Order: sequence, then C-alpha cells, then structure tokens
Amino acid sequence: MRYRVYASIGLALGILLGASGAGHASDKVKAVASFSVLGDMVKNVGGDRVEVTTLVGPNGDAHVFSPTPADAASLASADIFFVNGLGFEGWMERLENASGFKGTLVVASGGVMPIAMREAEGHHGDDAKDGAEQAEADDHDSYADEATDPHAWQNLFNGKIYVTNIRDALIATDPDGKAVYEANADKYLAAIDTEDKAVSAAIAKLPPERRRIITSHDAFGYFANAYGLEIIAPEGVSTESEASAQDVAKIIRQIRKEHIPAVFLENVTDRRLLDQIAAETGAKIGGVLYSDALSEADGPAPTYLDMFRHNVGTLTAALAS
Amino acid sequence: MIDTLVQPFVEFAFMRRALVGCLAISLTAPPVGVFLVLRRMSLMGDAMGHAILPGAAIGYLLAGLSLAAMSLGGFAAGLAVALAAGLVARSTVLREDASLAGFYLVSLALGVMLVSVRGSNVDLLHVLFGTVLALNDAALLLIATIATVSLATLAVIYRPLVLECFDPQFLRSVSPLSSPTHLVFLVLVVLNLVAGFQALGTLMAVGIMLLPAITARFWAEDVSGMIGVAVGCAFAASLTGLLLSYHANVPAGPAVILSCGVFYLVSMLVGVRGGLIWGFVPRKHLEA
Repeated sequence: MRYRVYASIGLALGILLGASGAGHASDKVKAVASFSVLGDMVKNVGGDRVEVTTLVGPNGDAHVFSPTPADAASLASADIFFVNGLGFEGWMERLENASGFKGTLVVASGGVMPIAMREAEGHHGDDAKDGAEQAEADDHDSYADEATDPHAWQNLFNGKIYVTNIRDALIATDPDGKAVYEANADKYLAAIDTEDKAVSAAIAKLPPERRRIITSHDAFGYFANAYGLEIIAPEGVSTESEASAQDVAKIIRQIRKEHIPAVFLENVTDRRLLDQIAAETGAKIGGVLYSDALSEADGPAPTYLDMFRHNVGTLTAALAS
Repeated sequence: MIDTLVQPFVEFAFMRRALVGCLAISLTAPPVGVFLVLRRMSLMGDAMGHAILPGAAIGYLLAGLSLAAMSLGGFAAGLAVALAAGLVARSTVLREDASLAGFYLVSLALGVMLVSVRGSNVDLLHVLFGTVLALNDAALLLIATIATVSLATLAVIYRPLVLECFDPQFLRSVSPLSSPTHLVFLVLVVLNLVAGFQALGTLMAVGIMLLPAITARFWAEDVSGMIGVAVGCAFAASLTGLLLSYHANVPAGPAVILSCGVFYLVSMLVGVRGGLIWGFVPRKHLEA
C-alpha cells in the first residue's frame, strides 16, 4: 500500500514537471511591457523579431494594478522588461523579485525631464512645445520621488525618447536585429514627429480662453505643458486617492469662476464624480480621454498615436463649439 | 462661525446632496443598529456588510456601475448569506457565529475576485468605500425609498422585535411571530446595508449602523430613548464628517465614520449612563 502512495506521488510530480518543462524553442526576443502604451511602442520598434506581453492591458489602471501569478510567470521567462519608471509602477520591484526575473530591466523614461506633481488649482498652461525646456525649471532628478508626475508619454517629444531607449535596449539584447530595429524606430519616430506637429496645430487653433479642461485624474501634465492646454483634476496624480469635499469644491468654484467649458471622462476612472461636477456647473461632458491605457483593439485608441488622435479630436470637438 | 458651518452647503449642490443622502441613512440605519446591539448581533451586522459585496460585484459584472443591478445583487447576496448561515447553524455542528463567519469570508473573497476580473482596482475601491460626494438622483431616491420602507416596517414589527430582544422564549411561547419577526429584521439589516453601501461603501455602511447605536447605550436606558439618541448622533456625525471633508481636505466617507467614532469615545467617558468618568465621582451615601 505504501508503495502505491509513493508511486502516485511520483507520477503526479512527473506529470506536472514534464508539462511545465515543455520547451519554448522560439528565436524571438521575449519582451514584457508594463502597460499598453509601452507595449505598443515595443511592438512598433521590435516588429517581428520581438514577442511582446503586456501586463496592464487595455483600459487597465497601472497605478493600482495587482500582478497575478500568470504575470510573474511571463516575466520569469522574459529576456527584457520595459517599465515606465518615475513611480508609475508601484508594484514593479516586488514583481521583479518574486518572479526571479533574470533579464534586463529597461526604464523607458530614462533621460526624460520629469515634471513635478501638479496642484489641483494653481498651475500654468505654457505654450512650450518642448517638455524638456519646460521642466528644466524643476529640480527633480530622483525618479523615485513621490511627487513626480509619471505620465511622461503624454508629450510626444518624450515619446521619442522612449522609442530611442527601447530601440537601444533591443539592439543591446539582440544585436543581430540592429538594422531592423533601427529601420523600424526611424519610421516610428517620423510618424511621432508628424503627430506632434498635428497636435500642436490643432490645439493652437482653439481660442486661448477655451484651452482649459477638467478631467478625472492629473494624467495630462506633460500634455498640458507641451501643447498649451490647462488641466484641472480632482483626483491628483494617481487614481489611488479618494477625492475629498474640499477638492471637489475647489474644482466647482474654479469652473464657475472661469467658465471652463468641458469636463472629460477617462477610461480608467469612475464617472459618477465627474457627472456630478458637470451637472452642478453646467459644463459639458466632452467625451472620454485615454490617459494611462490604450483602448481595446476595436476601440478608438488602440495604439499610442491613435490615442493622441482620439484625444485631440475629442478635445477640439468639445472646446471649439 | 455659522458661516463655516453653513456656507459649504449653500454654495455647492454636491454638498447638499451628500448631506441629504447621509441624513436619510442616519434616519434609517441607527434604529436597526440599536436592535443589533441589543440582541448582541453587532459583529453579525459587520459580517453582513461584507457579505453583500459579491452580490454587488455580480451586479457590477453584468451591468457596470449600475445602481439597480448592484443594489439588487447586494440585497440578494446579503439575504442568501444570512439564510445560509442560519440553516447551517441549525443542521450541522457549527454554531451561528462560526457558520456566519465561514459564509461571509467566502463571500468577501468572491466579491473582490469578481470585481477584479472585470474592472480595475479603482472600481473595487469605489465599491468598498462608496462615493458619497457623487450621489445622483437615482441613488438619493433609492436611499430615501429604503429609509421610508425600513422605518415603516420597523414601526410595524416594533413590539415583537423588542420582546424578542429581551425574552425570545416568552415570545415563542405566546405567539407565532418570533420567526417571521427575525426574518423581517434580517431583511431590514440587509436593506439598510444596501442603502448605506451606495454612499459609504461596503466597509463603512456598517459603521453608520452600529456606531451611533453603541454610542446611544451610554445615554439612554429604554429602547425608544436609544433610538432617538442614535439617530441624533448619526445626524451630527454626518454633518461633522462632511464639514471635515470640506474644511480639512479629507475623504468624506471615512470622515463621517470617524466622527461617529469620536462621539462614541466621548460618550464612553462622559455618557450619562455608564460613562467611565462617573465612576470617579463619589455618590451620596444614604443615611438613616
């Protein structure tokens, strides 16, 4: 009887281990991106040579993401892990340690000039198109600083920095693909450039007093600085915090005083608070903006550049009228 | 002084709505809480608050942040847990407390998992903590309706309920109303939790039900007195909490419950009946 027990345990272990040992004989570089915007960028630069897995998928909120064992498993077998940095992924270190990741960690925002977290009321909508110029005024050089605004990709200039970092990291990991990566990156950078100019032009067409909006959380600081839009948000930089009555009151007072025309929902937050603010002030609900995550593949913002096109289209449509 | 107290409500509609919502809940939940406390079911009330989460989560999975779906779901789940716990206690070796603990913990974990499957953790946070500052017309109407129904029902079953608190055996021997009363009372508990959950979230809806009732214990000796004090205390805490959120920039839901808590602690010290401080004041000796 005892032998039978040992035999079944042995068999079970054998089955489990055998199944998990099924090899992956693919030559593609295995990359993991922390969220959908990065995933899209890596796909564009890596092309067919890279297999990309994204942790925080479409419409997901990376501020409050909770990694699952499946995520740890995909990270464990990855060659390279792309993260945003600047405090965006609070769970990153723990996931890295827990999964036993042995590849390269790449912080996509390396070299980006970060800007400080913005207050809910007092801030300036500059016309500086270059995020780096604007942010030089700040003294932040620590990426782990809690008061840093992590949403650097909302400025297309920073997007280009992200792409060059991704390209360099992929070349370092897979030198054979250097030509491919450089070609893809050049094409992508050109597309980003075009979009950058289009965004600036579109915002510039709006009359200056209409270039202000309310949105759920303060994800558009870099966008505001780069393209001359003023953003006011009740929830601060991260969706993790609950709005207090004072925050909501300040926003309503400001909307009333300055006749801000539109309120925008985001794809990662609760719309009820914004509905209430819109109802009380008479501001229009302008539509949905994509901030921290792309949409599904069949949605309006499935790629990084589509996100900008959609956001700018929504903004101008609501603010121009 | 009056200005700081009144001005936020004059200026902002969302403050007025939050106040109305909280006052409605303060009218209906504390009386139910008083009976929970008297029947030594306080922790059960807390467990029920967590048990409604998977029902709300299923409603959320099916229909998003829809008021009707989440309320109905929460109500069904709460009732199911209460009945299941009672059934298990009656037919297995477990007692009421263990059986309820088992069911509500499973319930809570199930609810968290269901919300995480479809939504992000932000949605979970909103479900757990409520959005008292964003009560729309439908939510206010729901709370007010539940308040009306609950108070009317409480008035109807008041006498058997009081009797069941103090001498359930007697009630069982003279009337068949004992079981139905208990059942109706459980329904009222779940109903009030569903009402409170919209404004304060599942974690804290129980707070507005129990804390004022617990506080009232130190001020009154008869049931009607306790109900009066509990409702008054809840009113005061709602007002204080909202004003605190406004002036001190803290989240509103927790501020209301913490105000209840402060009143509780103060009452424990100086309450007329059983306040700790009165133990140190020497009483007159009766002399012949």
